[in-house]
Amino acid sequence: MTTLQHGGGSGEPIETDVVIIGAGPVGLFAVFELGLLDIKCHLIDILDKPGGQCAELYPEKPIYDIPALPVVSGQELTDRLLEQIKPFEPTFHISERVDELERQPDGRFLLRSDAGTQFLTKIVVIAAGGGSFTPKRPPLPGIETYEGSSVFYSVRRMEDFRGRDILIVGGGDSALDWTLSLQPIANSLTLLHRRDDFRAAPHSVEKMRELVAAGKMRLMIGQMAGLQGSDGQLESVAVKTKEGEETLKIDRIMPFFGLTMKLGPVANWGLNLEENLIPVDTEKFETSEPRIFAIGDINTYPGKLKLILSGFHEAALMSQAAHRYVYPDKKLLFQYTTSSSNLQKKLGVR
Amino acid sequence: MAKITFIQPDGVTQVIEATVGQTVMEAAKTNDVPGIEAECGGACACATCHVYVAEEWREKAGAPSEMEEDMLDFAFDVREESRLCCQIKVTEDLDGAVFQVPAKQF
Repeated sequence: MTTLQHGGGSGEPIETDVVIIGAGPVGLFAVFELGLLDIKCHLIDILDKPGGQCAELYPEKPIYDIPALPVVSGQELTDRLLEQIKPFEPTFHISERVDELERQPDGRFLLRSDAGTQFLTKIVVIAAGGGSFTPKRPPLPGIETYEGSSVFYSVRRMEDFRGRDILIVGGGDSALDWTLSLQPIANSLTLLHRRDDFRAAPHSVEKMRELVAAGKMRLMIGQMAGLQGSDGQLESVAVKTKEGEETLKIDRIMPFFGLTMKLGPVANWGLNLEENLIPVDTEKFETSEPRIFAIGDINTYPGKLKLILSGFHEAALMSQAAHRYVYPDKKLLFQYTTSSSNLQKKLGVR
Repeated sequence: MAKITFIQPDGVTQVIEATVGQTVMEAAKTNDVPGIEAECGGACACATCHVYVAEEWREKAGAPSEMEEDMLDFAFDVREESRLCCQIKVTEDLDGAVFQVPAKQF
C-alpha cells in the first residue's frame, strides 16, 4: 500500500533507511531500485501530489523518449511508476519541503521539514529536479519587503485578511477560489486579471461575476505597476489598465502567477554546487558528502543529459551504493527480475 | 535561414541566424540571447520565454493560441504584442523580424 501523509510534525523523528527528496519520475523509480535491495523509503515533495514536473508542468503533454513507450503523458508516466513501486510501500510526505539537514554522531542524518516532520535516515537521495516549486514573485520593486506582512502567496490564517482591502491577482482557480473565500470577510476585494477571460472553473467565474454585479467586489482588467507603503505595510497599489493608471487603497495582495523552480534549502547543506546543480561521481551518484546522493536533473557530471531515462539509470547505480551503507555486512548478489524468484517475491508476482 | 533581431531592455541589439523549422526560443537559446529563460524547455508550460513582437512583425509572427494565451497569464507586463517565443516557428517570412526582450521574465 502507498501511504500519503499531509504534514503532521508529531515530534518523534521517523526512522528509515532512505529519505528521497522529490517525488518526480526519478525519485519514484528510485523507490523501485532500492526496494529490490530491501531498502525502505520515505519520499518528500513540496507539491500536493507525486509526479514532479511531469504532474505539475505537463500532465497532458506527450513524452516520446521513454524506452518502450512510444508516447506517454506526464500523468500517465507518473501513474505507471506509482503502480510499479506499490509493492515496496513507500510513504509520501506531500506539500512539505525539507528545510534542515544535520549529520548525527552515528553517521545518520536528521532532516526537518517546513511542516515540522522529522526523519532519522541512513541515506539521503536528492531527486529534486529543477528544485522546489515556489510561487512566482511579481517583479515589482520592493515587493519582498511586504512579503509575509502584506503580500501573501497562500493563506495560512484567514483572520489575517479580515476587514482588509484585498487585491487578488490572477485568473486561475487559486485566484478565483480565494476571491470567493475572502470576499465575505474583506473590507473590500478587487480581483485583477490581465484579460476578461479566466482559466478557472466556469462556476467560480460565474459566482465572481454575480458578486461584481451585486456591487460586493470589483473586477479590474489590467496589471500591477507599483506598490506604495512603508515598514512592510502596504498602503496602495498602482494598477495599469487600458484607460490609464489608477491607484487603489490596498493592504493585502495575493498574487497568483504560477510556480517556478528554485534550488531552495538544498543550497545550505554544505554540498559542493556548480551553478545550482550538485556534482556527483558516475559510479555511485554520490555528492561531496558521503551517504548523500543526487540523481536526475539536479545533478551534474561530465556528459550529463537531463533526461528521465538518465535519471532511471542513475537511480539503479545509486541503489547499489546505498546497499553497502544500509547493509554493510551483506554481499549484494546481482539478480534479474525476470529470473530471480527472490526479486519476484518482493514484487508480489510469485 | 532567417535573421532575427532581439532588443534587450537596455537597448542592446543582437542579430542571430535562425534555422527554419526551429522555434524562435530555440534559436535564441542556441545563440545565448540573454533574458530568454525557457525554464520548461519549450512545452508552453512556464511563460519564461516571453517577448514583445515589433509592431510591423506582429502579423507574420501570428496570434497566440488559446493555450499560449492561458500561459501568458503567468508572464509579467503582458501587452498586446506579447508572445511566448517557444510557440513561434521560424519561417522564411520571419527573415528580419524584431523581438523585444522584457525587463523581467519573473
